[in-house]
Amino acid sequence: MESQQQNSPLAVRKLKERDPQGIAEVIYFRGETTVVLPRNRLIAACELLKSDPELDFAFLSDITPVDRFPIEPRFEVNYHLVSISKRQRLRLKVKVTGKDPTVPTVTNIWPTANWHEREAWDLMGVRFEGHPNLTRILMPDDWEGHPHRKDYPVEGYR
Amino acid sequence: MSSVADTFQVAPESRTMVLNMGPQHPSTHGVLRVILELDGEIVLKAEPVIGYLHTGIEKNFEKLTYSQCIPLTDRMDYLANLSDNLGYCLAVEKLAGIEVPKRAQYIRVLLTEFTRIASHLVWLGTHAIDLGAMSVFLYCFREREEMLKILEAISGQRMMTSYFRIGGLALEPPPGYLDWISKFLDTFSGHLAEYEDLLTENPIWKLRTQGVGVLKLEDAIAMAVSGPSLRGSGSDYDVRKYFPYSSYEEFDFKVATQTAGDVYARYQCRLEEMRQSARICRQAIQKIPPTGPFRAEVRGLVPPSREEMKTSIEGLIYHFKIWTEGITPPPGEVYQAIESPRGEIGFYVCSDGSNRPYRVKVRAPSFVNLQALPNLVIGKLIADVVASIGTIDIVLGEVDR
Repeated sequence: MESQQQNSPLAVRKLKERDPQGIAEVIYFRGETTVVLPRNRLIAACELLKSDPELDFAFLSDITPVDRFPIEPRFEVNYHLVSISKRQRLRLKVKVTGKDPTVPTVTNIWPTANWHEREAWDLMGVRFEGHPNLTRILMPDDWEGHPHRKDYPVEGYR
Repeated sequence: MSSVADTFQVAPESRTMVLNMGPQHPSTHGVLRVILELDGEIVLKAEPVIGYLHTGIEKNFEKLTYSQCIPLTDRMDYLANLSDNLGYCLAVEKLAGIEVPKRAQYIRVLLTEFTRIASHLVWLGTHAIDLGAMSVFLYCFREREEMLKILEAISGQRMMTSYFRIGGLALEPPPGYLDWISKFLDTFSGHLAEYEDLLTENPIWKLRTQGVGVLKLEDAIAMAVSGPSLRGSGSDYDVRKYFPYSSYEEFDFKVATQTAGDVYARYQCRLEEMRQSARICRQAIQKIPPTGPFRAEVRGLVPPSREEMKTSIEGLIYHFKIWTEGITPPPGEVYQAIESPRGEIGFYVCSDGSNRPYRVKVRAPSFVNLQALPNLVIGKLIADVVASIGTIDIVLGEVDR
């Protein structure tokens, strides 16, 4: 298997220390660590991960929304973080329901999140509260619906 | 896409002017549109508008089996398609737990570095032509033509090779391919010197590039810029070194960095990267064993060899099963990043245990790097916008997917 050192126990330990109730679940799969967080703890966790010099997750690779339709909570938002100085990767995951698909924005922490969040809104319909300019980015402005949702047909509506 | 009216409301008595650059513009390298607000020749505001090439590749992945997805990855970054193939294949292999034989890993390294050179050649040629140096373009495309011929001989296709498959390679490379590549590499260092003669000390080139489009290191990290665009600003983040994949840890190469962060620094970075890629290619040619498996032998996940399929009933059954049903990795999710010529390209692949990926998300380096364009152009001259677009080396197929 690839020799990527993606386990990040220190980050998980620090998150747990600071807020024992702040982590819903930790998943280890194929050498990757996923920390599942409740929505209201996301910003605090992100700030800790970025500002702690022992963790230094200054590089946000990607934001990936996943639609689990018809399972509730329907949407998962994954944040792929890289710590360049510590050579580690970490995935944060927040689950939100189909009725209220809103997540607080992380653009204040990582400015690169701007376009990722716009893309997630455009294609998956997840709202990012506090985003400076949450408009469509890939689809036309007058498009209806969010094409990456599972209840949106691949062929589109005809 | 966002509407001009919302973001650019200029009062009629204002001195500024809104200029629409693209989507049909020769120096935007595809269908990129940039809305610029100008005060005389100074750029006050710049907003890239994308989406003109959105083809829903990520959505289409969900409808196809795992191996049917590979040709779609070619069509994202069509200048370095093998990087995309590799990223996707590695992600699925990680998900399914497939170990690729060393020989296939080395051939993968050889060919991805080979396409890195080809991709940088297109960048160099088009970037130079944007800034008025016509002859470099002709030289670069002369070499690239030779490289495409080699790729055609190996895979059967010039550009959309789809040569990397889940578990290894599509087919055994043709005899003599290593000699052909090493012959090309022998002449290539001379060609590189030729480009350098034309540009590196050229006073016009230096005037157009030095101090232009400066990206500070902290801005680059904040915007998650990666690849040569980041390394030109001083960081040495390279996925090949930091998170090695496909046996890159066994190769000896330097990560090219510069500290100036301007267009010239990124130019120097990419030239050095071509030199280092040629070095990696030479090492790979030494390492690749002449014979051996080019695909893993995993029952039910990787197609059996032609011979086994023709001679054993078990092989035939697995062959049939794989090409009709496809493979079924266990439920779970992985993120695999590799270093494409443009930066960190990441494939997030999520499986629900069926024969189709539940969700694939591509972290496209061009998409992320393009977001940093306003950092490069605001407060600078409009004439340098073209240099700044060229220097971040975007492929619109990958930006819009």
